[in-house]
Amino acid sequence: MTRYLFTRTLHAIFVLWGAFTLSFILLQVMPGDAVLVKFQDPELGLNPQQIADMRATYGADESAITQYIHVLGRTLHGNLGYSIETGLPVGHMLQAAYPTTLRLAIISFAGAIILSITFCTLALLLSEHVTGRYIASFISAIPGITSGIPVFWLEIVAIQLVSFHWKLIPVVGLSGWSAVFLPGLALAIPISAPLAQVFMTTAKRVQQLPFIDVLRARGLSPFRILCSHIIPNAFPPTLTVSGLVFGEILAGAVVTETVFGLDGLGQLAQQAVASQDVAVLQAIILISVAGFISIGLLSEFIQPLLDPRIGRNGQQRKY
Amino acid sequence: MPHHFTPLKLVAALPVILLGLASLWPSLLCAQNPLTGFPAEYLSPPSINHWFGTDQFGRDVLARVVYGSFSTLSSAILAVGISLLWAIPAGLLAGLGSVHVERAILACADIVLSIPEIFLSLSIITLIGPGAAHVALAVGASQAAGFVRMIHTEVARIRASEYIESAAGMGATFSQIILRHVLPNSLNPALALASLRLGTAILAISTICFLGYGPPPPSPEWGLMITEGRDYLSTAWWITTFPGLAIIFAAWTTNLVSHAIRRPL
Repeated sequence: MTRYLFTRTLHAIFVLWGAFTLSFILLQVMPGDAVLVKFQDPELGLNPQQIADMRATYGADESAITQYIHVLGRTLHGNLGYSIETGLPVGHMLQAAYPTTLRLAIISFAGAIILSITFCTLALLLSEHVTGRYIASFISAIPGITSGIPVFWLEIVAIQLVSFHWKLIPVVGLSGWSAVFLPGLALAIPISAPLAQVFMTTAKRVQQLPFIDVLRARGLSPFRILCSHIIPNAFPPTLTVSGLVFGEILAGAVVTETVFGLDGLGQLAQQAVASQDVAVLQAIILISVAGFISIGLLSEFIQPLLDPRIGRNGQQRKY
Repeated sequence: MPHHFTPLKLVAALPVILLGLASLWPSLLCAQNPLTGFPAEYLSPPSINHWFGTDQFGRDVLARVVYGSFSTLSSAILAVGISLLWAIPAGLLAGLGSVHVERAILACADIVLSIPEIFLSLSIITLIGPGAAHVALAVGASQAAGFVRMIHTEVARIRASEYIESAAGMGATFSQIILRHVLPNSLNPALALASLRLGTAILAISTICFLGYGPPPPSPEWGLMITEGRDYLSTAWWITTFPGLAIIFAAWTTNLVSHAIRRPL
């Protein structure tokens, strides 16, 4: 167990370092660094000497290797550098931005889980009936369509209908949880699609297992079998797609925060791309990689607790 | 394997045919020009003359949606092609090479996979700048790692199978085994994944174009059309609604193709 923990942690650190290096190569080694882009503007009226001084302050005049060692060193000390666009410490900017994204992620993830479970329960219950079977097969085709809904389009339509046409939830003047409620619900719809697909597949596989026949023979109602036997058994494998879902939520956050004008990590990233603010973008990438790795580790540790048949290394044990 | 042609299959193939026609022969589906508008008819709702209505410049929305399918579909195919170009050699090498090569390639794939795709493609965009081909390149490069892992798994599975063992026992050379057995057998799952990824690529490309890093404004691109039509949503819902439906339709159609490829397995 200790050995397992050790190798997993080592692997996580390696991936984090690799992602840092890759993002450094992609972002810092480009021709015409961001300092030049910002200060070369003739309207600022800076002479070449002042620009050179600015570049020296940001460390942009050194060789790529020196910069890499410098940036890696200060990141290891918890210093994420300074934004070229605003001049603020990147750490402070992230601290101000992350609560919005976290709230958005929680609402959309919870919404997606509730949505996909309700959806699959409905489809599985209907498939028990002779006439409902056709409706069920129709319903189970829906996730294939919702997975193709572009988030930005759905949200624009949601604002138009919910906020302006039906006047249910206002768009402006909200803060905290209420500001992310409608965006989170809209984001939950496309995110629920992969969850529902995995959940449906595993639920159908569980339905074929012999113990379900035994339960049926003992006279349990289909609803009871579904709720207390099929769903608890089908849920743990759904966790394996949590990494994928995390990526989708982040991608959704970039778009959602832009559409709704929320000041979270996604909007920060989008602005950083627009202004070539390398330090900010790199810090956001680093944080999301750390989040991705910890979610992967967490689901790997939780799975054996939820389903004892799954071995510690994530492989299915024989009975 | 026998493939019987039935009327039901023709109905199932209709979305694919429609999407193919729209991107390859757009003038067949609509007579209007996607770029020239009639200012007198601006923001007119769907009618007999303009099935999807017109936008703020009086351009026909149906024409823009139909002509936009080429832009989106070609970018998505280019993106998946770029992914495969990277991933097939890397995946084969990982599946067939020594343990060290395999570990090194899979570790690299792990690193790339740990970065959320949207951030990876946006970083590549900051590096190479906006534009239709650049978006395809960025999306393709950020999707490649997933393909590498999948091809590796497939190749490793085939390599361990019994018919490879018997082929080797009958004296087939290494290159014969790869060309005659491993490649053809790993092609079908790779194709199924490729067509499935076409749908994700369509979504990713339209998202990046929506954020404004795609082709510049007059071009009929679905994501861009939604950005442009946003300001007119309260009075002219058709400008944003139809490109959105087109994206859903295209993504759903590629899913259908993927299912059709995977089914005989």
